[in-house]
Amino acid sequence: MKPLQKLKSRTLVLDQDNIDTDQIIPARFLTTTQREGLAKAAFADWRFDADGRLRADCSLNAPGASDCQILVAGDNFGCGSSREHAVWALEQFGFKAVISARLADIFRANALKNGLLAIELGRPVVAWLRQHPGVELDICLEDCRVTLPDGASHGFNLDPFARTCLMEGVDALGYLLAKTDLIARHEVSQAGAS
Amino acid sequence: MSQTLFEKVWNRHLVQDETADAPALLYIDLHLIHEVTSPQAFTELQQRRLTVRCPERTVATMDHSTPTWSADLQGQRRYASEQAWEQVQTLMENCDRHGIVLHDWDSPNRGVVHVMAPELGLTQPGMTIVCGDSHTSTHGAFGALAFGIGTSEVGHVLASQCLLQRKPKTLCIRVEGELGPGVTAKDLVLHIIGKVGVDAGTGHVIEFAGSAIRSLDMEGRMTVCNMAIEAGARAGLIAPDQTTIDWLRGRRHCPQGEQFERAAEDWLSLASDPGAVYDREILIDATTVAPTMTYGTHPGMVVAVDQPVPMPADGTAARALEYMQVKPGETLQGRPVDVVFIGSCTNARLGDLRAAADIIRGRQVAPGVRMLVVPGSEQVRRAAEAEGLDRGFINAGAEWREPGCSMCIAMNGDRVAPGQTAVSTSNRNFEGRQGPGSRTFLASPATAAACAVRGCIADPRFLDGEPEVCIHFPSPRHMEARP
Ligand code: SF4
Repeated sequence: MKPLQKLKSRTLVLDQDNIDTDQIIPARFLTTTQREGLAKAAFADWRFDADGRLRADCSLNAPGASDCQILVAGDNFGCGSSREHAVWALEQFGFKAVISARLADIFRANALKNGLLAIELGRPVVAWLRQHPGVELDICLEDCRVTLPDGASHGFNLDPFARTCLMEGVDALGYLLAKTDLIARHEVSQAGAS
Repeated sequence: MSQTLFEKVWNRHLVQDETADAPALLYIDLHLIHEVTSPQAFTELQQRRLTVRCPERTVATMDHSTPTWSADLQGQRRYASEQAWEQVQTLMENCDRHGIVLHDWDSPNRGVVHVMAPELGLTQPGMTIVCGDSHTSTHGAFGALAFGIGTSEVGHVLASQCLLQRKPKTLCIRVEGELGPGVTAKDLVLHIIGKVGVDAGTGHVIEFAGSAIRSLDMEGRMTVCNMAIEAGARAGLIAPDQTTIDWLRGRRHCPQGEQFERAAEDWLSLASDPGAVYDREILIDATTVAPTMTYGTHPGMVVAVDQPVPMPADGTAARALEYMQVKPGETLQGRPVDVVFIGSCTNARLGDLRAAADIIRGRQVAPGVRMLVVPGSEQVRRAAEAEGLDRGFINAGAEWREPGCSMCIAMNGDRVAPGQTAVSTSNRNFEGRQGPGSRTFLASPATAAACAVRGCIADPRFLDGEPEVCIHFPSPRHMEARP
């Protein structure tokens, strides 16, 4: 996981609510046993037609789309299946952050564990962002703020633990393994209880 | 102090409570794994030279990528791709290497993970259960705190038997009154999701309570909790009661004899205390529920089968109607159906197959309709075959397959063709869920079977009345590009 402290990029907007993980990565790509090689699978049924040709009218295929590291989407983004492949595919496609007024629980947890910054902003700000695709945003994890081109800035909530992991580029497994003694004690006490 | 069912289970499993800086450490009693979401977790373990902390608390099955055709005379199975076969092989190797019990092709208990585990009595009240699969919420029907996790978390549980979690909020959905004749648990849960919305449960654990929930059998309760995730909640819960205890008694992995009675006493004490406080409560009237189906592209777009499809509320809904080729203001009845799928962890238990078989009995699958019946597990398959349900389906013109996820997720080669209309007893009607360009209408097993014999969407309550006229749509346009 690469450390992420600041991010400055234009946004790509998917102006739709309830974008589920089957859209982000269709199930037929899930037979892989690897994490890599999923960039092509990201939004595959939106980006490609039945013959495998790029659809010109899909904003994910527009010139410059691949430079947009911030994805702005409607409510309940990432709902549905728990597949972490959705996060891997978004990252490999080039996104470093996802902004929505409401993110699905499992998606958000998966994203933050992989260094993909998944944040919720207030509904009016997200509504504005949805209407203004391509604006450049400045995201700072240090003070948990997103700054718009006009200088207006909006705070977001991020679990302090997830924030530390993101900023330092570490995952949570090391932290968990350092708790082995506590876990063992819990196991002993439960064995006694039943 | 009064506690909810959720709080009781949560507190029993706290290894370390949450603070402002760090999430809680929650102990996991049972970790279910399958071939799709585990390989990368095992790779991570290997790279870090870690072992599985509690192989005895880990149980594996193979269900998503597995073919539902029987093996040929040489014992060969028709996998959808080399990669699908490799994925299943990888699971076998990983389970072997780490000493994890795997219900593979030779196991008499293999099945869809959320059908198999309860059957074996692995799922017990008061447990914490996780699986790299969002429909883990199913096990909440027993009063277990059960939720889906991603692959990184699968790795965490393999390595530490714990998860880092923030304590979710609680939402109580109380369903009072009696369900009408011909109305099932599936209709109820679709109705609920339609009422509360697909993100009502975000950040919450839903406890389903009330007289209508208490009068459901365990299969119906599993159907309801299965779809809690479709309301945005990671977990659904139902308090254990005598129905739960009776269902579990004698199951293979449950305590036996005297020990079972002691466990049962403890399980009954898990129910939410009188006066326990939830963060939110919603009341639903069971008497108003009719056979219900989805008409759009998420499980909250539902309508009673005899009611007109509502006008789209926004652009997203309008696009969904266009994708589905559904006209607002008209009922779904009479729309021609290409495929009927009876299967999945939502509705492929014995009771579901019986409900479908009851409708099919003495009738035929309509010409031009493909009906696929896929039992949820080997146990379900054997029980159904012992009752002759398989022959009933086959004689009516349906296909009877081996257990697996099959057309629910369309990873194994079983899928709906582009532009086709499928009535499905599964849980997701997302665009392309059952194959690129497929159109899915979710329904109960009875409704799905009624659609199969009519050849168009039909109300199972009035199958012997006047036949609906099937309206023929022009052949569907090619899907338009998305934003
Ligand atoms: S039957 Fe469908 S929902 Fe259930 S585990 Fe399989 S793919 Fe997931």
